[in-house]
Parts: sequence; C-alpha cells; structure tokens
Amino acid sequence: MFELLGTTLPSRLLLGTAQYPSPAILADAVKASGTSVVTVSLRREMAGGRAGEKFWSLIRSLGVRILPNTAGCHSVKEAVTTAKMARDVFGTSWIKLEVIGNHDTLQPDVFGLVEAARILCEDGFDVFPYTTDDLVVAERLLEGGCKVLMPWCAPIGSALGPVNITALRSMRGHFPDVPLIVDAGLGRPSHAATVMELGFDAVLLNTAVAKAADPVGMARAFGKAVEAGREAFSSGMLEPRDVAVPSTPTIGRAVFS
Amino acid sequence: MRVLVQGAGVAGLTAAFELAARGAAVTVVETRHGLGGNASWFAGGMLAPWCERESAEQPVLDLGRDAADWWDTATPGQVTRAGTLVVAAPRDAGELDRFANRTSGYRPVDENEIAQLEPDLAGRFRRALFFPDEAHLDPRQAMAALHDRLAAMGVEFRFGADARQISGFDRQLDCTGMSAVDARLRGVRGEMLILRTPDVSLSRPVRLLHPRFPLYVVPRTDHRFMVGATMIESQSTGPVTARSMMELVVAAYALHPAFDEAEIVETGVGVRPAFPDNLPRVETSGDTVAINGLYRHGFLLAPAMARQAAELVFNQDRTKELAHETVGQRRSA
Repeated sequence: MFELLGTTLPSRLLLGTAQYPSPAILADAVKASGTSVVTVSLRREMAGGRAGEKFWSLIRSLGVRILPNTAGCHSVKEAVTTAKMARDVFGTSWIKLEVIGNHDTLQPDVFGLVEAARILCEDGFDVFPYTTDDLVVAERLLEGGCKVLMPWCAPIGSALGPVNITALRSMRGHFPDVPLIVDAGLGRPSHAATVMELGFDAVLLNTAVAKAADPVGMARAFGKAVEAGREAFSSGMLEPRDVAVPSTPTIGRAVFS
Repeated sequence: MRVLVQGAGVAGLTAAFELAARGAAVTVVETRHGLGGNASWFAGGMLAPWCERESAEQPVLDLGRDAADWWDTATPGQVTRAGTLVVAAPRDAGELDRFANRTSGYRPVDENEIAQLEPDLAGRFRRALFFPDEAHLDPRQAMAALHDRLAAMGVEFRFGADARQISGFDRQLDCTGMSAVDARLRGVRGEMLILRTPDVSLSRPVRLLHPRFPLYVVPRTDHRFMVGATMIESQSTGPVTARSMMELVVAAYALHPAFDEAEIVETGVGVRPAFPDNLPRVETSGDTVAINGLYRHGFLLAPAMARQAAELVFNQDRTKELAHETVGQRRSA
C-alpha cells in the first residue's frame, strides 16, 4: 500500500499509455502490472474538439486512477491550458506537468516547469512535475506548491536506467518526506528495483513496457520488480563489504595449512 | 444472389471483387461522389506484413502475406515487388536492432548493398534491413484499376447514393469504416504529405526509424513521394497540424536532404477505423455481413477479409444452421 496525496494506492508502479500495439494490449498490461495509476497525454489528441474522446473512454474503462499529463507542451501557457483541459476531461486535479525544453531529447525546461507548477498549484491542481535530479529546481518546485516530485533517472525513452545514482541518493536524502517518483529513463525491471531499493516511493514508466516484444509479460515483470525493490528497501539491506564473511562459523573446523 | 456492398473504400472494393468472382450480382453504393476521400485514399499502399509485425500481432502477418498476390491478380500491373528498406539515423542505430528483434523476413544489408538497392541513399546509411518479399502499390491507382475491373465484371456502382434507399438484395455487406455505427470502433488519425521532386529517386518504400515517430517514404509515379503517416488517438479529420507537417518533412529531409526543395503537392488526413485490439473483424448480424477495423492495414488485410466475408455471405444459411447446432449442443451438454 502506498499513500499518495491522501489516496491509498495498492501499487507503486505508475504506467504510461502511449505506444502500445493496441488498446487491448494496454488494458492487459495494466492488469498484469497491478498498477493503480496510468498517465495519459492529451495535447495532440484534443485538437479539433474532443476528438480523442474514444481513446480516453478506453482509458477510463481501465478502472484505475488517471494522471493526465501535459506531454508535448513546450511553453508555460500550453502546459497550463492542457492541464485545465485535462481536469475537465478526466475530472481530476492530478496533473503530471511536463514542460519540454528540447523537442528532440524531451529534456524538461526546468524554468518553465517551476513557473507553470506555481500557476497550477495556485489554481488548486495537484502537480506532479516531471523534472531532472537537480536539487535547487526541486526546492523551487516545492516552494511553488508541489507535494510530489518526479525526477528522471535518464532521458525519456532512453532505457538507460539510473545513470546518476549519486544524484538520486542525494535527492532522496534531501527530501526524506516528499513522495519521489522516478519518471523516465527506465529500461529494465532491474532498473526499477534499483531505484526502489534507494528508497524512492514509486516509479513511472511507459516505453520499456509498451515497446517490449510482449508488453503484458514486461508489465508483470516491472510490477514484481517494483514490489521487490520496495520490500528490500523496507527490510534493511546489507551494506557491501570489501572482504568475504562466511555465513557459517569456521570455529572448530579442521584447519589445513 | 444479389448483394449490396456499402462503401467503396478498399474493404468494399475488394469484397465486391470476391463476391463477383463467386458469381454474385453486386451493387456497390457509396455516399461520396467518387472513389476519393476515405481512409483508403490517404493510405501508404505498403504491402509490408513483415515490417508491420514490429508493432502488430501475428494475424497481421498471417493474413497479409498473400496480399501482394491478390492485388497482382485483381489489378495486374499495379503491384511493385521491390521489398522494403528500413534505415535509421546513426544515433538511432539501437532502433534498427530493436526492429530486427521484433521482425522476420529480412536480411541486414551494409553500405554497399544499400547503394545497390537505392543509389540515391549511397553513403547516407551504414546499415539497414531489407525485407525482399514486401511490395507496394499506389492506393489511388489501384482503387481506380479495381473499380474498372469490377465494372467490367458487371458490378454496378452508385456514387453519391444512400444505401437505405436501395432495396431488393439478398444480402448486405457493410464496409463503411468509420461511418459504421459500432461503439467498439475508434478512429486513429493519420496525416500524410505528397512531395514532388526530380532530385531524389527511390525504388521501394523506405522506413526511417525514430524512437518516437517511425515514418516512411513511398515512391510514386511522376517524381512523387508519399510521406506518412502520423498515428494519433483522435477522430479529427481537420487539416494536418504544423507539428505533424514538421515531423513528416523532417523525416523526408533526414532520409535525403534533396527533399528540401521538394514541392508539397498535397497534405491529407485519414481516420483509420480500429477495434480495441487493432485487428480487423468480419462479423454477421442478420442478413448483413460487416468488415471493419482495418486500422493501418487496409490494403494489406482487405483481401483476406474480403475472402472471409464472401465465404460468409455465400455460406450464411449453412452458418446459421451451424450456429443453431452449437446452441443445441450447448443446451444438451
């Protein structure tokens, strides 16, 4: 169980809904993963009125909580408009805030992000900002009213996994009480387990599942990895040592030397 | 048997052929005033089941592998069998490996072979995947050719007409795509461009892989190239958006910089009808058989669906009996 903004969620895995072979496979993947939150984009789909309504109703029928996102927004104004549209379409104050700084790498524009976060928080949104692992930016986002942070662990879609463990540790250390969700850059279940072992509260991913040869199997694998990583974190892991320590006593054994 | 086919898109035309070939008296009714304007009109016309398997399920390959033969038989001279070339920019080389892992029916080719296959791409890509058994056609020419063939076979066409005002048929075949009333159907918007330039020559469709929007360039006659196609979860038929236009143009430009001075002779938008599993269905309800959900695989899967539909139409009485038997067996079990 996972407490997030006053909501109890059964799973610490959040799943994106883009790029699956079909909505049917997406639905099966959501079930197999055990996820309780899915994120959905709507900037491109809302052109021409609510022309994406059919797909959105498929998302609603998944029976899990929806975290709409502002993917594809490059400016504060676009992100704010899209967030408001999302609130109307899905009836939720939750918004995954993306303000993209580079069309190609999809790196967040942290300056625009802080500004948009402040505007949306004032307007009553629960803002989940997609950000980097920069501590100062994180502080500004919290000052702006964010109650959750979503740092990347590598660029979106790169499947590299945590490329800067030190930065992630330091982020966890600096914000012990803020829910931290690693968003973007995860490629394998072991990556998800790694960041969960570091004490992150949850992970959000999309491409690693959607583009797997078998998205449903991969969704299940990620679900297990997130659970395993969390349980390892709460169970207290051994710290690594430089020398071997036998698990059975050596006293009383014959010594050959 | 008199059969009314509703819809003159690729589903309706291929079904009309299969029905007429089995001896039915076929009338095709279409609300539009000609062959253009439907999703088929804006299709890429790639008969590429091996490539499509990258993101589609196995039935797409199973049902689509005979499509080129079907079109060759029904519309002789329309099909070009030159395979498909799949390339990626050097920094997206990982995408090529991913594509290879998900597909079959290709061979990896190096710089020299790329130059032999497509001289204009010489030196531009170090490696590629070549799918030799794939084919392509120009959807508009193929539809026109099929229309003429059907007319010669005695199929009657009524354009600009409403099916509800036509009666006297034994069976109906609903091939109306997005116009069909079916709550399970959704539209997936596809945007495309037609470019014209004498500066680039290609012999076959080339797919340019990119982590987010894989696009393709299909050569057509008169120095024209179809560049397609976006995939947006939207039923909007509004004009192509600036972002989509930019992505399509950039893809063409990344394939060959000489596309920079190409004329954009057309932009088009089609909405693909799709079921939740993105696979097509042939279904019977009363005296009507329906083909729908061809998604992005119209020209590829319509022949197989048309065959299934024609068999259903002709065996409908027998199927009904079978259905009754099944119900009876269930009850007695």
